[in-house]
Amino acid sequence: MVKPTKQIIRPYGDRRDDGVVQLSFTFPVPLSEKAKEAAAQFVRKMGFSDVKVASAERAADNYTFFIVYARSGMYIDYAEVDVPELVIKKMGFDDLNAFIQQKVGRRIVVFGACTGTDTHTVGIDAILNMKGYAGDYGLERYPWFEAYNLGSQVPNEELITKALAKSADAILVSQVVTQRDVHKDNSRQFIEAAKARGLHGKTILLLGGPRVDHKLALELGFDAGFGPGTKPSDVANFIVHALLKKLGKEDPNAHYQGEPT
Amino acid sequence: MSGPFIQDEQIAHARKLAEEIVNPIFELIRRNTTVSNERTVLRFFGISGAGTRGVPLANLMVDKLKAAGVLNRGAAYWYGRALQMGAKSPLEAVERLTALPTDKLGPLSPDMEQNLRAEVRAEARAALDDLRSRIAHRNAIRQQFPMSPAPHKYVIVATGNIYDDVDQARAAAQAGADVIAVIRSTAQSLLDYVPHGATTEGYGGTYATQENFRIMREALDEESQKLKRYIQLTNYSSGLCMSEIAFCAAYERLDMLLNDAMYGILFRDINMRRTFIDQYFSRRICALAGIIINTGEDNYITTADAYEAAHTVIASQFINESFAKRAGLKDWQLGIGHSYEIDPYRADTLLLELSQAMLVRRCFPNAPLKYMPPTKHKETDIFFSHAYDVMADLVAIWTRQGIQLLGMMTEAMHTPLLADRYVALKSAAYVHRAARGIDEEFTVREDGKIANRAREVFSKAMELLEECHKEGMVAAIGKGRFGDVKRSELGGKGLDGVLEKAPDYFNPFLEILEGTTS
Repeated sequence: MVKPTKQIIRPYGDRRDDGVVQLSFTFPVPLSEKAKEAAAQFVRKMGFSDVKVASAERAADNYTFFIVYARSGMYIDYAEVDVPELVIKKMGFDDLNAFIQQKVGRRIVVFGACTGTDTHTVGIDAILNMKGYAGDYGLERYPWFEAYNLGSQVPNEELITKALAKSADAILVSQVVTQRDVHKDNSRQFIEAAKARGLHGKTILLLGGPRVDHKLALELGFDAGFGPGTKPSDVANFIVHALLKKLGKEDPNAHYQGEPT
Repeated sequence: MSGPFIQDEQIAHARKLAEEIVNPIFELIRRNTTVSNERTVLRFFGISGAGTRGVPLANLMVDKLKAAGVLNRGAAYWYGRALQMGAKSPLEAVERLTALPTDKLGPLSPDMEQNLRAEVRAEARAALDDLRSRIAHRNAIRQQFPMSPAPHKYVIVATGNIYDDVDQARAAAQAGADVIAVIRSTAQSLLDYVPHGATTEGYGGTYATQENFRIMREALDEESQKLKRYIQLTNYSSGLCMSEIAFCAAYERLDMLLNDAMYGILFRDINMRRTFIDQYFSRRICALAGIIINTGEDNYITTADAYEAAHTVIASQFINESFAKRAGLKDWQLGIGHSYEIDPYRADTLLLELSQAMLVRRCFPNAPLKYMPPTKHKETDIFFSHAYDVMADLVAIWTRQGIQLLGMMTEAMHTPLLADRYVALKSAAYVHRAARGIDEEFTVREDGKIANRAREVFSKAMELLEECHKEGMVAAIGKGRFGDVKRSELGGKGLDGVLEKAPDYFNPFLEILEGTTS
């Protein structure tokens, strides 16, 4: 591939390349001139210039909340940013169902649960329940998906056992609570259990949650991760393509619109 | 004005239906007790400590009695037996009872039985007097430092460490919070015991323990004194230990509790019978302690769609109210829950939200009501999120909500930063200040969108109440009528902790709280 030419970009405040950034943070000290100066120095120390402490407010007796505007001298060569090319369009509900029928020829079995001690079903429900999320239908509504939502507080082992019994093509693990990284510990434990049961590398394993991203999920051993704002159709598209790749019916290097990055 | 929209007779009819719906459940409540209610009885007697490995003494004793097959006579009875055997303290009573072989628990002579009950009743009265004096102490502080006008701004702390919670709660109070809620550690609702002592490790929140309650209330008393404004404290009486938490909260002078007659069934998959029986005793305690309960109908529309399921909220509120009234709670103690949760990308959502909040106000004119902010459709665009929360502030002041949980602009991301609370409190104070009395300035037209929507929702709520009336609560829950969640009567956690009372079952606290003895 021909290397594209440089394309330098900087944050755009109200002039091209002014580098203006807005920041807000809290210091555990009472509001004072000294606190404001400390905030300005802190922001300069981060490499910003033209620091303006726009607002310094007493958030409590011993806490001051700052809103700061400053300029950054940093830039990015946009041409160097490497994100996989789009080759396949993201499909909507009807197209995707038709696509599964044609390419897979059977219903795709998906299991999902919020595992461990986490009691929150909001994430898994948004993806799997009929209703879906933000007007985007959940997987239960897709005639060509067979979706099982086991709800919350499901032990990892139980999710795996139930998924195995129905020869699931994909398993979705939702993790909402993130206090002290409990979501990572539990997710690791899920992957360990999946490896022990021989699922890893066979069944498509997905992780979702408000503090989850694709990179973290890959690090933990999942096939993909879905963060906040994910719509059911995003997950559905991923599963279909991942399955086709596993079945050798799609180029393993094919990328499509909206895939997790 | 929050409209007439609906005739008084229709509202009275809804209330009547709800009363008749809960009636059969009181038969279940009357005939049964639970391990958690029996542990509550022991806690009333001062058995609040823990044994080896932190197991609460109340659990040790109740488990022993249950294993011996005698718990159905009531823990209070066996407590009396232990005293008769010469126990000098509650702790000794536990030791004696737990050490006793089962066959030593045979019957006493009728005279001895009667003496035993009289003695235990006297002790129960003394325990309740002690509790009442603690409540009176709380009420005196409340009088000394009056609260800000409603809506009371309610914010959450959830560090997992009670001492960090205290720092955050103080900061929130200084920034204008009126109510502090300490979120519980994830899944505490499924523990069949109340953890013991001060705790510094929790997931997604801090364990509700009696000692944690005490630590936080003490800090807020200090803060109230400093700010000359009473700061209320709330926690969660839900899950498998509703009545025990209610007791701990009452004893440590909490002001509010989340306490819902159905929440545990629907959202924590706790057994239906267990929840119904536990909620009753817990609410009896709240009634005595002047604790405001917060119901959880707002949760329905985080699982179901807020527009489609609006009527389930109203129907459930009438049912929750009926349960509460039967447990002796007064209108001022009913923080009936609802929320601002309709998808903001629909048209007319401010009108729809106003309609719903006005309808709730219309149906429950004398209850404080508890208004929840948007959560389900929150975005990671914190600037939009903040604007979205401000609209809920407006609806709250317009419809005279008693308690308003403040939305956090980082809701969709993480537990609130200290500054998030500050920003939410500052803007809510502004909206409340700017729009106080707005309901008296505008009359909502009876033929407009707001009124029509309120009538539509109310009539669907009536249909649901009629269905529950005809088929029973159990069937309605079984069909997923509330929150789109289906539960069966014998399913869920905690059913093995339900026991049928023996004919000579003894619970002097329930007797006194129900006014059947004085």
